[in-house]
Amino acid sequence: MSLLEMLQTMIPPALFFAAPLIFTALGGVFSERSGVVNIGLEGLMVMGAFVGVVFNLTFYDVFGDTWTPWISILVAAVISALFSLLHALASVTFRADQVVSGVAINFLALGIGVFLIKQWYGKGQTDMVEAPFYTTNIPLLSKIPIIGPIFFSNTYWTTWLAILLAIVVYLIIFKTPFGLRLRSVGEHPMAADTLGINVAKMRYIAVMLSGFMGGLGGSVYALTIALDFSHSTISGQGFMSLAAMIFGKWHPLGAMGAALFFGFAQSLSVISATIPFLQNVPQVYLLIAPYVLTILALAGFIGRADAPKALGTPYIKGSR
Amino acid sequence: MSANKAINILIPIISVLLGLIAGAIIMLVFGYSPVEGYKALWEGAFGDIYFIGETVRQITPYILSGLAVAFAFRTGLFNIGVEGQVIVGWLAAVWIGVAFDLPMIVHLPLAIAAAALAGAFWGFIPGLLKAKLRVHEVIVTIMLNYTALYIANHIIRNVITEQKDRTESVAKSASLQAEWLTEWTQYSTMHMGIILALVAAFLMWFLLEKTTRGFELRAVGFNQHASNYAGMNVDRNIILSMVISGAFAGIAGAMEGLGTFGYMSVRSGFTNIGFDGIAVALLGGNTALGVVLAAGLFGSLKVGALNMPLAGVPTELVDIVVALIIFFVASSYMIRWLLSRFKKEGK
Repeated sequence: MSLLEMLQTMIPPALFFAAPLIFTALGGVFSERSGVVNIGLEGLMVMGAFVGVVFNLTFYDVFGDTWTPWISILVAAVISALFSLLHALASVTFRADQVVSGVAINFLALGIGVFLIKQWYGKGQTDMVEAPFYTTNIPLLSKIPIIGPIFFSNTYWTTWLAILLAIVVYLIIFKTPFGLRLRSVGEHPMAADTLGINVAKMRYIAVMLSGFMGGLGGSVYALTIALDFSHSTISGQGFMSLAAMIFGKWHPLGAMGAALFFGFAQSLSVISATIPFLQNVPQVYLLIAPYVLTILALAGFIGRADAPKALGTPYIKGSR
Repeated sequence: MSANKAINILIPIISVLLGLIAGAIIMLVFGYSPVEGYKALWEGAFGDIYFIGETVRQITPYILSGLAVAFAFRTGLFNIGVEGQVIVGWLAAVWIGVAFDLPMIVHLPLAIAAAALAGAFWGFIPGLLKAKLRVHEVIVTIMLNYTALYIANHIIRNVITEQKDRTESVAKSASLQAEWLTEWTQYSTMHMGIILALVAAFLMWFLLEKTTRGFELRAVGFNQHASNYAGMNVDRNIILSMVISGAFAGIAGAMEGLGTFGYMSVRSGFTNIGFDGIAVALLGGNTALGVVLAAGLFGSLKVGALNMPLAGVPTELVDIVVALIIFFVASSYMIRWLLSRFKKEGK
């Protein structure tokens, strides 16, 4: 197997597995940069996958092959953003323990999803979606020699949307006044408040953005990888995105890099049979690799990663 | 102070009521009768001795996983890795259970001790990383959950059995099931583990409230800097707390491995005992007695829910109710605020 062939086998599945993680991890960056812990990413993805699949099944007749998946992920993102309002309400307005509220979000999304699926379809699992995303060759870019076949052939538009969004989120957070306010609220809410920034409003927006991105991640996962919805459709991808965000040091591009790496690690266990030097590695090592590597990374092998200073603490006006 | 205490007890009760009311509203919206639904739930949990046996069986691991979460919470740590610790405990207990043939008086305690040790080790890793390197325990324990799941599957397939998907059943001398109990509860899966769970709850209360070590653990939970200043070894207390928490979780796994199932099979996903333990600990206010009561409630809800399809209601309704209860407990600031408003109006 030549190097080029090997890269052609390894890179597309890595990108394929990474895309949902990138979307969701970017959502985590928004929320945590504003000072709100979001362990509910898993639940937001569940909600996204649920809405994405149901919308796809219901409105396939209306929107047809091309548009249904795109409208599905958009609707899923909007509904997840609304759903994440609960997390914002609990952690900003009601000053709840944010980790606990996130856990509740995870339970709630799964409960609602499976309950409604049973209600509407009479069974615990939906049918396969009518209009999933299909692999395509990106026009023009796939014609570039070497890079074209490896990166831009046999790929999904959603993957490139994810990577593009990572850059956009980076620009928003680090190059706009909005981003500066968002970060200031997460680092020192009192100082931000003194300067006339509405802390609660910023945090609500940030949490809803994380809901939007989590919904995108969940629905993209459902419409590219899972293709149906059941209680086990999303099993840990949200937590993995959370890890990617921390691994990426709360930075959009870092989170994207980490998500790509996790996608690569996940794809290894799937494609290892066809890669010569991986054939003899027991599968369990490849399965646990992303998790063990994250722990090692956190233990200081990638240098210190400091969370936003005010992460996890509700802001109470007038208290010091 | 006493008014505060009353509110602390009121909050979980109000949360449970709000959760159940929300469940009733959901049933109404979807055209079910809440009365029929909750009646089916009640029957499914306590309808006859068989259902009571099943309910007690479900409560058993919940008490232990709830204790595990609560214990770490008291030292200011969030052990979201109870799930993984349950899995390694389950694996260790079953491994000892199938590998040896010893007299019961040695075999059963050995299997349970192995489970506790395995869970403790799985809790030791995040404890050590937290104490020495300040790595956040939430992330490490989440990662260790998946690691535990995949390693357990690997060991079942390749070490304990030869490419099979489940282990042999544990030897009778390592089983928590008792014939008289099984027969008495009309062949439910209830086993002797409930006694162990209650003893564990008592131990936790005694350790935390009546010993110096427990005082130190709680002090670290309140204020690490003050504890350090007072000469306590914060690092050691953090590790110890995670180890004990992991041991409780490991024993919860043993309940499933030696009691309910008597074997372990390859899993595609989590047991959820650990995650439900978070809910139990929160509702129980992280105290031993509270955990036992909350485990009783959630165990009854879970088992009773299986009977709800009789009234046409999907089982998952209970998951929504449980999630809402956690949500309300978490938002206790809202309830406190409402209560204080209510009081003012009354005056």
